[in-house]
Amino acid sequence: MVLGIYPGCSLKGSSREYTESVLAVAKAFDIEIKEILDWNCCGATAAHNLSKELALALPARILALAENQGLDEIVVPCAACYSRLSGTQHELNQHPELKSKVVEAIGMEYKGTVGILNIVQMIDKYITPNIESKIVKPFDHKLACYYGCLLVRPKEVLKFDREEDPQSMDTLMSKLGAKPIDWAFKTECCGAGLTMSRTKTVARLSGEIVKDAADRGAEAIIVACPMCHSNLDMRRKEINEYNDQKINIPVLYTTQAIGLAIGLDRESLGLQRHFVKVEI
Amino acid sequence: MSADTHHKTTKGLSGEVLEHTGVKVDKCYQCGKCTAGCPMASEMDLAPSYLLRMLQTGDAKLEEQVLRSFTIWVCLTCEMCYSRCPMSIDIPKMMDFLREKSMKEKKASKKAKEIIAFHKSFLSSIEKTGRLYELGLTLEYKARTMSIMQDVGVAPAMLSRGKLHILPELIKGRSAVSSIFDKTINKNKK
Amino acid sequence: MSRIGVFVCHCGENISATVNCQKVAETASGYEGVVHSVDYKYMCSDPGQTLIKQAIKDKNLTGVVVAACSPRMHEPTFRKACNEGGLNPFMCEMANLREHCSWVHDKGDLTTEKAIDVVRTQVEKVKRNQPLTDIKVPVTKTALVIGGGIAGIQTSLDIANCGHKVILIEKDPSIGGHMSQLSETFPTLDCSQCILTPRMVEVAQHPNITLYTYAELESLDGFIGNFTAKIRKKAKSIDEKLCTGCGLCTTKCPTKKIPSEFNEGLGFRPAVYVPFPQAVPNIPVIDRINCTYYIKGKCKVCEKVCPTKAIVFDQEDEIIEVAVGAIVVATGFGIKQPDFFPEYGYGKYPDVITGMQFERLASASGPTFGEIKRPSDGQVPKKIVFIACAGSRDEAKGIPYCSKICCMYTAKHAMLYQHKVHGGESTVFYMDIRAAGKNYEEFVRRAIEEDTVKYVRGRVSRVYEKNGKLIVKGVDTLLGAMPVEIEADMVVLATAGVANPGAEELAQKLHISYDGYKFFAESHPKLKPIETNTGGIMVAGACQSIRDIPESVSMASGAAVKVACLFSQNELTREPLIAVVNRCAAPLYSTCVGCFLCQSACPYQAIEREEIKDRSGKLIKSIAKVNPGLCQGCGTCVAFCRSRSIDIQGYTHDQVYNEVMALLNEY
Repeated sequence: MVLGIYPGCSLKGSSREYTESVLAVAKAFDIEIKEILDWNCCGATAAHNLSKELALALPARILALAENQGLDEIVVPCAACYSRLSGTQHELNQHPELKSKVVEAIGMEYKGTVGILNIVQMIDKYITPNIESKIVKPFDHKLACYYGCLLVRPKEVLKFDREEDPQSMDTLMSKLGAKPIDWAFKTECCGAGLTMSRTKTVARLSGEIVKDAADRGAEAIIVACPMCHSNLDMRRKEINEYNDQKINIPVLYTTQAIGLAIGLDRESLGLQRHFVKVEI
Repeated sequence: MSADTHHKTTKGLSGEVLEHTGVKVDKCYQCGKCTAGCPMASEMDLAPSYLLRMLQTGDAKLEEQVLRSFTIWVCLTCEMCYSRCPMSIDIPKMMDFLREKSMKEKKASKKAKEIIAFHKSFLSSIEKTGRLYELGLTLEYKARTMSIMQDVGVAPAMLSRGKLHILPELIKGRSAVSSIFDKTINKNKK
Repeated sequence: MSRIGVFVCHCGENISATVNCQKVAETASGYEGVVHSVDYKYMCSDPGQTLIKQAIKDKNLTGVVVAACSPRMHEPTFRKACNEGGLNPFMCEMANLREHCSWVHDKGDLTTEKAIDVVRTQVEKVKRNQPLTDIKVPVTKTALVIGGGIAGIQTSLDIANCGHKVILIEKDPSIGGHMSQLSETFPTLDCSQCILTPRMVEVAQHPNITLYTYAELESLDGFIGNFTAKIRKKAKSIDEKLCTGCGLCTTKCPTKKIPSEFNEGLGFRPAVYVPFPQAVPNIPVIDRINCTYYIKGKCKVCEKVCPTKAIVFDQEDEIIEVAVGAIVVATGFGIKQPDFFPEYGYGKYPDVITGMQFERLASASGPTFGEIKRPSDGQVPKKIVFIACAGSRDEAKGIPYCSKICCMYTAKHAMLYQHKVHGGESTVFYMDIRAAGKNYEEFVRRAIEEDTVKYVRGRVSRVYEKNGKLIVKGVDTLLGAMPVEIEADMVVLATAGVANPGAEELAQKLHISYDGYKFFAESHPKLKPIETNTGGIMVAGACQSIRDIPESVSMASGAAVKVACLFSQNELTREPLIAVVNRCAAPLYSTCVGCFLCQSACPYQAIEREEIKDRSGKLIKSIAKVNPGLCQGCGTCVAFCRSRSIDIQGYTHDQVYNEVMALLNEY
C-alpha cells in the first residue's frame, strides 16, 4: 500500500514530531509513504491574503508534482495545507479560465485528479479497519478533540465532517479506548496565522479553547493541525497569562495518540518535543 | 419596461466583489449571525455584517472606509461566518479580495502593519527558498516590525526541541517557485 | 354545403394596431364556403355579439369563426351568442389574432398575412365541426375532508351545517391538530383548548359528519362531483363499538415511558393511549411498535382489565370505499425537527426546546401543568432566550421563506413567560418583526412595553452549555453589531413551519400540484387561493402555506362555501370534448380491432370493453368504448390507437388535418 504525502513546511520544522508520529504509525500499519519530491510551500495563511492567483498557483504546483510522480492519492497531515490544497483543486475544477491562468503560472501540466486526504480520513481509510488487534494499551483518557477551522470548513469544498459539533475525531479516539468529552470549542479558531503578528489575540483565542477543555476535565487536547498545535502548545505561557491560571494539559496529534495506544516508543512519536510536557 | 432594468449591474466595490469572487453582498439581510460567531469581532473596527451593509450602500466614502479598515486584515479566514450564514455569503472569499485590493491601492490600515509584515515576510521566505524557512521568517518579520525582543524566549526552546532549523531547506525548483511569484503577485510590480 | 361566417375583431387597438383587420375580413370572404365576413371594433361587446346572432339568422350560417383573442376568456361568450342565434355552440371556433399575432409581431404585411392564415385554418376546421351537446354528470353530495385540525374541523362543520354529508378523516387517534397542543392564542391570549374542544365535540356529535380517526386516504379515483375514495382505517386494536372510553387500559398498561407526541416528547404516555384527556373520540389506540404484546408476544394486561372486552389484538387495517363529490385537503403543517440546528445544540441540550415544546410547558394540560420549568431539572428558568427564525429565512438550510407565525407566537411565549415567572428575564433575538394582522403589532408592542420583554435585533450564532448555563452568543445589529452574550437557563427556538411529511405522496394520490417546499398549490395565487388545479378538490389551512388560526379558519370556511356551491347543483355540465371510438355498419361495426392498447394507455381508466353480439347472443367482436363520465379528453388513447379508430370530439383527425393543410395553403 503506497500513499503520497505532502508534509508541508511546519512538519519539517516546528512540528516535526507530527511527521515523526505519522511515519511511525504508517510504518506500524505497513503503509508505504512517499513524499512528493521537491514540494514547495502551499502559501499557508499568508498567500491568500495578498494574491488570489499566488494562493492558487502554489498548491497547484504541489498537486501537479504529485501527478507527475504518479501518485493517485496523498495524505496532507497539516489541516491548513489540506485546506489550501483541497480549496485549490475545488476552485480550479470549477473555473476553467482560472485553471488555464494557473497552469501558465506554474508552467506544468495540471489535471486536478489527485485524491486528497486529511489525517483523519487517512486513518479512517487505512488504519481504523486494522486497529483493534493492534491496541496494546487502550488510550483510556478524557480527551477534548479539537478540530479547529480548516479541517471541516467550508463543507462545500471539503465535504468531510459536519461543520458544527463534528464527530470524526471523537469516534476515532473512542476506538482507541478514550473518552472524548463534549465541549464547546471544537471548531473555534485558535488564531492561526496571527501567532506572531498578534500574539495577544492568539493568547485570547487559544486561551479560551484550552480553558474550556480543562474546565470540563480533559486530560489532553487532540489536534490534527500543526498551527493549532503550536498555538495551543508553544503559546501556553501566553495562554496561561491570559487565563491567569496554570493549565498544563498536553496537546497531542491524533497520530501520537494512536502511537501510544499501539505501544510505539514515545520518542519515535516526538512527544519529547512538546512545550507542555506529555505525561499521559 | 426598458431593457436595463432587467439586467442590473451592481456598480462600485460590491460590483467588483461580485465580478471577482461571485459573492453577492446584496444577499445579506443584516441578521448579524456572522458577527455573532466571529472570533475576531471584538478586535475589528467594522463588524463583518456592518462591513457588508456599507458595501450594500454603494456609497464611495463608505467603500473607501472598508478598504482602509482594520477588519479586513484581522479576519482570520476561519470560515465560521460562511458556515453559519443563512444566505451562504462567502465572506472569507470577499475578505481575500478586499485585502488584495486594499494592498494594491496602498490603502491598507496602519494598524495592520504587523499583520501585513508577517504575510510579506512569509511570502518572501517562500519566494527565495520554495519553502518556509521559519528562522528566516522570524528574523525578517522582526526587521520589518522592529520588534527585536518579541518571542526571544521561544527560539532557544524550539532549538533545544529540534523544532527550529538554523539553515533553510532549499528546494530544487526554486526558480519555478519564484517564477510563480513573478507571474502572479509580482506581475504588476516589475 | 357549409355556410361560414367570419367575424374579425379589432379588440380596440389591440389587434388593429398591427393587423389590417379589414383586409383579413375581405380575404376570408373569398374562401370557399364563407358567405359572410366582417370586421368590428369590439366583437365581444353587446353590439358585436348582435352582429353574429343576426348574421346567423340572416345568412343561415352553419358555422362561425370569430377572429379575436385567446379562447380562454371569450370562447364561452361567443358560443353562447351562437347558441342564442340558433346555432349549436360547438359550431363556433376562435382564431386567435391577438396573442398569436398582434401582441407578438410588429405592424406589417407579414403580420396581416399570418392573421389571414390563422383565420383560414379555423374556417377549414369549422367546416368539419359537428354539433355537440354538453355532458351532464351527477353530483355526489358528500364531501371528504382530509385532516382534523382546526381547518378540517371548521370546514367539516360549515359543510355539514349547509345540510351536506361530510366524511372527515384524521391520521392521528384524535382530531384537534396542532391547535389542541397550544397553550394560549395570540393576540387575545384566550386558551386554545377552551375554544377548540367544543368544536371537536360538535364534530363528533354532528349528524351529518362521519368521523374516521386513525385513518388515511389510500387512493382516489374519479373526478369532480364523482370521486371514489378508498380510506385505510388503521387498526386501533380496539373495538370502537364496545369501548366506553373508561381509560382503565391506559392506566394499567405497564409500558408507560413512551415519549408523548402530544407533549412533544416532554412527557410520557403508555402503549395503549388516548393522546390527551379531551381527545375526540375518547377511544384509545394500541401503539403496536411499542406495545409489549406485539413485541414479545405476551402481556395482554389491557385485555384483562377491559370491562367491555373491547381489546382486539388481531384487528386488521380496514379499507373502506366511499363516494364523494368534493374534497377539502386540510392536512396542516409540520415542524422542523432536531439535528437541524447543531449550532444551537437542539437535540443535545435538553433545555434548548422548540416553540411547540414551550406551548406544552405553558399549557395547563401539559407535563408541568402550565408552569414554566426546564426539562433538564425541573427548575424555573430565571433567564430565557427566544430565538426567532430558527430555520426560517435560512436559504442555507433550505428554508428561504418566512414561516409567518413565529413572530407572533414568540411574542406570546415571552409574554406568557413574564406573566408566569415573576422577576424572570426574557430576551427575544429577532431580525424583523412581522406582525401584520388585526391587533398583532399592538400585541408585540405590549410584550415589549408592558411585559418588559427585551428585543434584540440580531441572529444568534451559537448556543453552548457551560456550568449548567446555556451561553447564547448573538449581536445587537442596532448597535453596530455589538456582541451580546447571555447566560440563559432555557432557550426556545422558533422553529420553521414546513410541509407535513407525506404531503408529496398525498398530493400524488389526489393529483394536485405542490410547490418546491411541498406545500399544496392553489389554482391561482390571488383569485383562486382555495381551489386546486384539480376540479372539486379544495385546500384549507397550513397545508397550502403556513397560516395562523384565524387565517386557517377563514380559509376553511371559504373551502366549505366552494363545496356548498358545487353541491347546490344537481348535475354538472362538462364540455363534450372527449374521446369516442368510431362505429359503423355491420359487418365491421367499428374500425377498432380490439387490441386495447388504449385501455392500458388511458390515465383515467375511462376505456371499457364493449361486446358486440348477434341476435343469438354470440360474440361477434370486442371493441373499445369510452366512458364519457371518466374521459378527460387528454387524447392519449388517440395517439396510441393503431387503427385510428378513436377521435377527440371537436378535435378529430379530419379537423386537425385540414387545419394543417390550410396553413400549408393547400386550398
